[in-house]
Amino acid sequence: MADQVLDAKGLNCPLPILKAKKALKSLESGQVLEVLSTDPGSVADFGAFCRTTGNELVEQNEEGGVYTYLIRKAG
Amino acid sequence: MNSTDLKPGIDPNTMSIIVTKGSLDWAYPPFILATTAAAMGLDVTMFFTFYGLPLLKKDLSLQISSLGNPAMKMPMMGMHMGMPNIVSAIPGVDAAASKMMKNLIKKKGVASIPELRELAVEADVRLIACQMTLDLFEYSTDDMIDGIEIGGAATYIEVATKSHINLFI
Repeated sequence: MADQVLDAKGLNCPLPILKAKKALKSLESGQVLEVLSTDPGSVADFGAFCRTTGNELVEQNEEGGVYTYLIRKAG
Repeated sequence: MNSTDLKPGIDPNTMSIIVTKGSLDWAYPPFILATTAAAMGLDVTMFFTFYGLPLLKKDLSLQISSLGNPAMKMPMMGMHMGMPNIVSAIPGVDAAASKMMKNLIKKKGVASIPELRELAVEADVRLIACQMTLDLFEYSTDDMIDGIEIGGAATYIEVATKSHINLFI
């Protein structure tokens, strides 16, 4: 599944995005990062982040107030 | 020249921010936007002038003031409470309000300003201190963090002519 998991639960804007960017830096292109967040604003923000950076938002869902994003690093 | 020729050759992924305010609350927008833009692949320059300049000091002791700020209502005892100006003006009230704000920031998982500033430095955000403000308020570059540049209005304008997004905060 994911090559790396980033637990950003409890963090508020813009920390989930900044930490995701850092985590993506350490991955090879094509590898997948899983991000966990409790910030409701992260839904719009991870969409915007991926559209702007070209990384692919493979999947996103929410369960019990925890948002999960699968992001494939761009080539 | 038609409108599509405006700003020819400018990389859309460039942003500059003029930072003019240095209270705890006003420090957030420029640092949040700069770090996020850098994370999204933009080249970012911040120009610190007037009351924004102390945000580059090594030693940050940021405060808020509720004086003359009717929009500042803090969550307290299940409601939102503002502060009458006559109370805000009492010595020590700003310090107490600042402490409350910092506790709230921590509790809500919001980054601190030193943390955001460090992330900006790490992300290679270009930080320019205004020379005139350094002179005016008698600051030395020794008071400031490492890795900053010194410049004036022309330095900023050169950056702005090459930036697609230019903000004044």
